[in-house]
Amino acid sequence: MIAVLRSGMLASVQDLGRHGHRGRGICPGGALDTLALTLANRLVGNADGAAGLELTMGGSEIRFDTDTRIAIGGDDFGARLDGVALWPYWSTPVTAGQRLVLGGANAGAGKKGLRTWLAVAGGIDVPPVLGSRSTDLKAGFGGHEGRALKKGDRLPLGVSTLDAGQRQRRAFGLRGPDWTTGGPHDADDAIVLRVMPGPECEQFTAASLAALWRDPWRVTPQSNRMGSRLEGPVLERRRAGDMLSSGVIPGTIQVPPSGQPIILMGDAQTTGGYPRIGVVIRADLWKLAQAPLGGKLRLAKADAAEAVQAWDAQQRYLAQVSQGLAASGWPVAAGRPATPD
Amino acid sequence: MMPSSLPRLHSLGEAALLCELPAPATLAQQQRIWALAAEALQWPAVHEVLPGMNNLTLLFDPTQIDAAELEMQVLAAWPQLAIAPLAGRTIEIPVAYGGEHGPDLADVAAHTGLTPDEVVRRHAGAEYVVYLLGFLPGFAFMGGLPPELATPRRAEPRVAVPARSVGIGGAQTGIYPLVSPGGWQLIGRTPLAMFDPAAAEPTLLRPGDRVRFVVESVQT
Repeated sequence: MIAVLRSGMLASVQDLGRHGHRGRGICPGGALDTLALTLANRLVGNADGAAGLELTMGGSEIRFDTDTRIAIGGDDFGARLDGVALWPYWSTPVTAGQRLVLGGANAGAGKKGLRTWLAVAGGIDVPPVLGSRSTDLKAGFGGHEGRALKKGDRLPLGVSTLDAGQRQRRAFGLRGPDWTTGGPHDADDAIVLRVMPGPECEQFTAASLAALWRDPWRVTPQSNRMGSRLEGPVLERRRAGDMLSSGVIPGTIQVPPSGQPIILMGDAQTTGGYPRIGVVIRADLWKLAQAPLGGKLRLAKADAAEAVQAWDAQQRYLAQVSQGLAASGWPVAAGRPATPD
Repeated sequence: MMPSSLPRLHSLGEAALLCELPAPATLAQQQRIWALAAEALQWPAVHEVLPGMNNLTLLFDPTQIDAAELEMQVLAAWPQLAIAPLAGRTIEIPVAYGGEHGPDLADVAAHTGLTPDEVVRRHAGAEYVVYLLGFLPGFAFMGGLPPELATPRRAEPRVAVPARSVGIGGAQTGIYPLVSPGGWQLIGRTPLAMFDPAAAEPTLLRPGDRVRFVVESVQT
């Protein structure tokens, strides 16, 4: 079991998502940064699809009531295990009673993230609903009692593949995706998201399209697991007109009548009625999941070939991680690869 | 019958393809959408289909099939689709109209120039067809609202529409499966659950179903 002593702003049980039910209006949900959860899971000997916790903006505290092993991904928010620094993408043994504490939003200098993903050996063993342990916060099912975690919650752990020797092995880490080293940022300190033009892209004025690709966009505090609401130049359509309800997926950039775009995320509705000016490529969704409130984004026009190439590169990185872990004698669970969509 | 027009195809990111028919949305066109959805699910590279109103989004694995190849596959399949109405059921939905359950019934009556009783009579007198589920789990987009009942959405959307509320939004009618923000005019409420994640069939309604609202009570 693990116990939630403090939940922070928003904490929930998430796995790689609930796929295959969009035709029923059920969103995929899941960890918004599937790369971070996948890496953390592999570091504790879990299958990629094991459920972990998604923690928002630090401020949380978790107690482990059993000997186990943990790893965090994403932003560490100055994470400490009984006072000792815990780095992201490190696999660390934990003894019963130890506490993981994430600091506040401004913990540590130069923090650039928004969310943390915690994997625990064996995974969070809440009952799967419709094929997933992810919490659907909007519809109130899945995860732990269909809701965000709160102080006092106790969560069961599944059976870990690690033996006692592996569980107690001293901490080790791997090179995480280039986040803190400035990888996703451009010279202007903006996070660069590669975006393919969307189906309604041509409904927008030339000036709006030019601004879309040129100007910086700010992530507003109204952002959540449904979508990142951006602030920047007003995007205008050449003519107004109603759209019929049509499919949207995570990464879809919708433009409501305000002209301020929303990039949809895992908990977004399955169909929408606003023009889709672009779609963030799958390989860059993890960056969006970590983009801090108030942070700056730049949208770079990309084509399908570039998107597929970026996705392949990410899959190669994940394969290298597994090979490296296996080479060091770490159990690598056979599991499906991370598929955000 | 040959289709009058081919769908417009556009990528929705590198792993989804939108197939869209020209407006207006009709049942005949939606039947083509359903047929294409059923057909595309047989293709190995397509792992999920997402029907919209008059359109369909195919989610595919771009490492298995090139987008251009998938587009050709859609266009090749299009004229050969087996168009048949879905084996829909007829579902009766009891509704308590007006009063606390339908606080906007009077507004709809005022907008349409009908009496509240007449709004109820016409709403419950029509037969509706479920075109798709979307927006929220189990939320059905239906065709068949008598045009005279069309009423614009509320200027100020509600922060929390009660679950199982029956509403009118523009030319559509629908039932909110969950508590949710919403701008539709609420005319009643049903005791039936529209969504139960624990059930073998988690949604009460499915595309192709015919829906009839049954008057349980009217408060005006």
